[in-house]
Order: sequence, then structure tokens, then C-alpha cells
Amino acid sequence: MSRSVWKGPFVDAYVLKKAEKARDSGRNEVIKIWSRRSTILPQFVGLTFGVYNGKKHIPVNVSEDMIGQKFGEYSPTRTYYGHAADKKAKRK
Amino acid sequence: MARIAGVNIPTGKRVPIALTYIHGIGPAAANHIVETLKIDPTRRVNELSDDEVVSIREFIDGNLTVEGDLRREVQMNIKRMMDIGSYRGLRHRRNLPVRGQRTHTNARTRKGPAKAIAGKKK
Repeated sequence: MSRSVWKGPFVDAYVLKKAEKARDSGRNEVIKIWSRRSTILPQFVGLTFGVYNGKKHIPVNVSEDMIGQKFGEYSPTRTYYGHAADKKAKRK
Repeated sequence: MARIAGVNIPTGKRVPIALTYIHGIGPAAANHIVETLKIDPTRRVNELSDDEVVSIREFIDGNLTVEGDLRREVQMNIKRMMDIGSYRGLRHRRNLPVRGQRTHTNARTRKGPAKAIAGKKK
């Protein structure tokens, strides 16, 4: 079920504060955030966030298409390089 | 034979059923069309007058996205998700289920027929 409109989009308060600070100052540094659950708001467009994936901050350049989605969508938490070839199968 | 929305030629079926043969029109949309145009839903397509066929065609053109346009729209949405590097886009790129389903087993619709893994059994 989707979120009620009357509540407005959810954003952790510290994300808003950090974004505002970055906007006022000299822009293009990565804003480190841990809040993957926060919604991407229109005023974040153009900023770069370092979204934590459990290990490191993945730089995400926010573009207009991303509005309304969550930061976590852009910072994959799993690594998968495919299955290694089976040793036993080779020996046969 | 009535041509509505491009190439679709529904048969001697009841009007709301025949309309669902068009990509983008399901039972709900078909019933909605029939209701707003005041066409008796028990009538068949070959019983429709030319005027009624034209009115259906115009209603669809004016209010709904169907067939090629709809397919293009869906493809564009998928492409957009892939381009911005979102999780859903990544799943589309790898042809894996997009909405959080398990992939340990099943997920055959997305993954295609099972590939045999050499030397797995004993």
C-alpha cells in the first residue's frame, strides 16, 4: 500500500539539514548520508549524496528522474559476480 | 469486421469482450467504454452500426493509451529506470524479478527455462 498523501514525503531531518548546508555553501562535495529510507525531494536535484550501502558511501548524482524514489534504490547492498565454474565438472 | 485502434479486428463476440482484444483495454476499461457510449453490452460487434463503431474509435483515441503507444510508454519507463541506475533498473538489466520475489527457486518467467548445471548431482 502506498503512503498517505496528507503525511507528505518522508525524509530524515538530518538529510534536509545537510542538503541545505551544501546548497548554501560551495556545492559539489559529496553529502554522506546513512538514511536510505529517505525520499528524494525536488530540492535535492543537482546535489551529490554518498548513500551508505552497509559498507561504504556510494556517490549518487541526483537527477530529475529520481524524484519521489528512495535513496536506497541507488546504492545496491549486495555484490554478486556470478557463479564460478564448477571444479568437479571440469575434472570429468 | 470492425477495425478499432489500428489493426485490431475483434469478432462476433459481445462488444465489451471484443474490446478486450485490444492491448491496453481490459474488462474494466471495456465496460467503461460501453457504459459512457450507452451501447447495450449484450450486443455483438457485427450488430453495431458504423456510427457506433466510429464513436468507440473516437472515445479510445481521445481517452486511452492503447497498442503501440502503450507498449512504447512501458518500454520508455523501463529504459528510464535502467538509465538512472535504480535498483529496479538493475533488475531489468539482468532479467531478474523486479519486485522482490525470491530467486533461489522459481522466478522462471524472468530467468527463462532452467539451465542444467554440470556435475551438480553427486
